[in-house]
This record gives sequence, structure tokens and C-alpha cells, in this order.
Amino acid sequence: MSSTSADRPVPLGGLLLRWSCLSYLGVVVLFPLTAVVIRALSAGPVRLWKEIVNPFAWHAIRLSLTTALVMVAISVVTGTATAWVLARYEFPGKGFVNALVDLPFAVPTIVTGLMLVALFGPSSTLGVVLSGFGLPVIYEQSGIVLALLFVCYPFVVRSVQPVLENLDPAEEEAAATMGAGRWLIFRKVTLPALVPSIVSGAGLSFSRALGEFGSVVIVAGNRPLSTKTAPLYVYGEVEGFNVDGAMAVSLVLLTCSLISLVAASKLAERQG
Amino acid sequence: MKPPKPATSPEMTWPQRFLIAAVLAWFGLLILGPAVALVRRAMEPGIGRFFAKLAEPDAIESLWLTAKITAAVTVCNTIFGIGMAIVLVRQRFWGRRLMDGVLDLPFAVSPVIAGLMLIILYGPRSTIGSRLSDMGLPIVYHLPGMILAGLFVTLPLVVRSVAPILEEVGSDQEEVASTLGADWWTTFRKITLPTIRWGIAYGSALVVARSLGEFGALLVVSGNIIGRTQTATLYVHDQVESFEPHGAYVMSTVLAGLSFGMLIALEAVRNRTHRQEYGAEESQDPSVERKTIRPTRRH
Repeated sequence: MSSTSADRPVPLGGLLLRWSCLSYLGVVVLFPLTAVVIRALSAGPVRLWKEIVNPFAWHAIRLSLTTALVMVAISVVTGTATAWVLARYEFPGKGFVNALVDLPFAVPTIVTGLMLVALFGPSSTLGVVLSGFGLPVIYEQSGIVLALLFVCYPFVVRSVQPVLENLDPAEEEAAATMGAGRWLIFRKVTLPALVPSIVSGAGLSFSRALGEFGSVVIVAGNRPLSTKTAPLYVYGEVEGFNVDGAMAVSLVLLTCSLISLVAASKLAERQG
Repeated sequence: MKPPKPATSPEMTWPQRFLIAAVLAWFGLLILGPAVALVRRAMEPGIGRFFAKLAEPDAIESLWLTAKITAAVTVCNTIFGIGMAIVLVRQRFWGRRLMDGVLDLPFAVSPVIAGLMLIILYGPRSTIGSRLSDMGLPIVYHLPGMILAGLFVTLPLVVRSVAPILEEVGSDQEEVASTLGADWWTTFRKITLPTIRWGIAYGSALVVARSLGEFGALLVVSGNIIGRTQTATLYVHDQVESFEPHGAYVMSTVLAGLSFGMLIALEAVRNRTHRQEYGAEESQDPSVERKTIRPTRRH
């Protein structure tokens, strides 16, 4: 953009600001990261690999990936539907819903866990009814998906909604004039325009879900080989002073999370 | 303030009504229902018991510690957040792209892993950790470690709220000021600061909300010793672990109330930013709106 200030030599104040900011970034983010990398290198790949393929760790990683994927699959549909309804229709309570969509971002994750236990837990009416049908949610794997759905609800909604609101209606109207039905218009005209924002919302949700801890710790019951997700496993290993095990699983999580973020932004760019 | 909507017929068809009902039902079950259930559980034994629980020393202590951490984190990350935004947008130097990427890393890192990183770097078994604790400055399991955890987790928020505004406004006015002989501090105070103030407000409000509710990183870093290193979220966890659901529900309600308040404040700030930056006219460029309004979601 405006590069005039950049072409001139930076004054002393600017250099001072730059170096203090870079040092701050170093101390807060870069040092801890480097420490982990150094520690991982000194442990060696063989040791780390052993920690990853340990059945408990492996199950935790798989559980995190599966629950996150299931959540993203549901969230893409419900999030797009919510964005659609908020952008296109008028109905009583719309302002209220629109404001509260962000609630999962504001509420502390551990509070999320307690909210879900309060509504779906074994001591609530709904919880009793659900277990009566043989579908207990809390302390089961489905509870993890539920917690992730809550926590990631705003991502897809908030990335699709602005695109939908600013979409040029002309194309849809043209399609309608040519006799296309609503569903056909949605599939052929609207949806393709929304895909980049849906993909980027999905990538953010997935990355967030992989690392989710506070709500899952309350909702999942923390049973090894059953409801213990990867972040819970990492915490357990830290508590048990097995730093190598914690680090190995952390590296897997970090890699998956970064890949999903980068892939989503690349896909969204290409589609857009 | 809303962009023009595509023409929809005033009379809705049944499939449309069904879609609205389905979305409302999902929203009610997933978001609203749990929130209401939490408040009901906290109030069940009566409002007197609610406040009695809150007045217990453990609860008060934990809220006080949360307030201290939040204050420290917000001040540091706001000041350095502004600085980093200016450096990132206004300066060109080797490693700027790297800085841009590193800034977003905390978004990709699970809170638990953030805690683990701090333990590895500053823990009692690390060189730096043992050196510092010999000097009488223990980090992990103490307040400094908890503040560092908060700083890590909330670092991108102010930068990502302020940087887009700086980019949008450009540096013309700042150039004029310095050509007219203003030094950089005067330029910053008179020109830059007024333009980005609502971005700063938005970013720091996000920092407050996030550090009030931070849990995973703190759990790993704190060691969870009652009274000394227990924050409000750790108190909730502790109450759950010791089968005291009422205490957990009460503190959760307080935290949820605080974050709800922050949400309303954010909404107000967001409207202000929008009005200030783009005047009464509607913004034509969707990306402008998204950048200012949803700064946390830029990766």
C-alpha cells in the first residue's frame, strides 16, 4: 500500500520500537517454541515415535482427529444454515440470535463444559431421557463432539455470514428469471460463491477442536482408550512427569493443526 | 448499517419456515439451553446460597488472582500489541513475514501445549528455570508463569485488531505531520492513536475476555495449589474434581456473566469502530468490514 515511509531510513525511535517488540515476541512466543523443538531433538525421533505409537497415545490422537472431523461435518451444515437464515430472513428474535452466536467465543471453555453437563448430564431431565433411549451423551464420545460443536459454532457462521450478506443478488435473480428452482439456484449459484468461506471456517474449527481442552475435560470423563482426547493425554503425561510423551503427542497435534489452517487458507484462496 | 439484502418475498414458503425453525431449534439446544441450565443449577438452592458460596475465601481468592493476571496480561499485551501492529504495518525489514507468521502461532497451539512449552522452558528441571528460581524468581507453579501463559495465549488479539486499521488508513497523515516537524511521539499521540483507539479497545476487550477464561495453559503451569495459585477457572475445575457441583456452577455462572458482559461491550465497540472508520455510509467492500469486525479470525 503506502510504501513511502518504508523507503526512508527508519529513525532511531522506530528501530527501538522494532527491537523491543521483536524481543517481546521472542520471549513470549518464540523462546518457548524453540525450547520444545530443542527438547524434541535431544530426545530423538526414535523415542518420540515410540511415544506416539504407544496404544494410549495413539488412541487419544485418533479420537481427537475423529471427533474433530465429525464436528466439522455437522458444523459446516448447521453453520451455513444459521448464516443463511440470519442473512436472508427476518424473524422474531433474530437480533438476539445474531448477538449470541459469538457466546461460545466469549464463554470460558470450562464453563462450556459445565453448561453442557447442566443440560445433558445424568442428573438432568434431558440426560435421564437420553440415557433411557440408550444415548447417554455426557462422559461418552458423543459428549466430546457436542462440546466441540458448542465451542466451534461461531466459526462457520461468522465466516459465511458476511459473504452471504454482500453477495450480489443479480446472479441469483438471473437464474430465477431463467426458471431455475430455489434448490437449483442454491446449488449452482449461491453455494459455489460460499465455498471458500465455508472451507476457511471449517479449517479454523478443525484446528481449534484438535486443541480443545477445558470443555472436554469436564464432559468426557477422561477414560483412557475411550474418552481421553489428545490434549487430555498431554495433560495427563505432564502430570505424570512424562514430558517426552506429552511432547510427542503435542508435536502431532501442532502439525495437524497447522496443516489444517494452511490447507484451509490455500483452498479458500484458490476457490476465491 | 447493514448492506442491502437481496429481495425476498415478504411471504415465506413452508420450506423457509422449516429452515428457520430448524436453525432456531439447533441454536436453542446447543447454545441457549446449556446456558440457561447452568444458571438454573447455580440458583437452585436459592439466591442466598449462591452468594454465600461466592463469599467463601477460596472463591474470593481465586477471583482476585484472576483479576491480577487479567490486569497484567491486558496491560502488557495492549502496549506491545500496539507497538507490534505499528512495526508490522509501517516498517519493512528482513524477517517481517516471519514475524507475521509467528504472531498467529498462539491461535494454532492448544492451551495445554502452551503450558507444556512454558514448563519445558522455565520448569524446575530446565537450566533457565532452575537458575531463575535460585535467584528467587520461580516462574512455573507461580504467578509469573501464569502471567506468561496468559501473555502467550492472548498475544495476537490486539495486534490483529489494530493492524488492519493502520493498513486501511495508510500513512499519509503521519507523513504530513512529520513533514511539518512533529516528532514521532507527537505524531503517534495526535495522529495514529486517535485513529486506532477503537481497534485497541476491541483488541483489549478480547484479551480481557480470553484471559478471564483461560484454563488449560494455567492448569498445566500452576500446579493448582489451593489459595495460592488458583484462578477462577481452576477453582471451577477443583470443585468438579472434589464433587462440589454447586460451587462449580456458581463460579461458572459468574464467569459466564462476565464474559456475556464483555460480549455486549465488544458489540458496542464494534459498532463504534465501524461508524468511526467508515462514516455513516455503508462500507462497499466486504473485506473491509470483515477485517475490522472479526480481527481474531485472520490467519
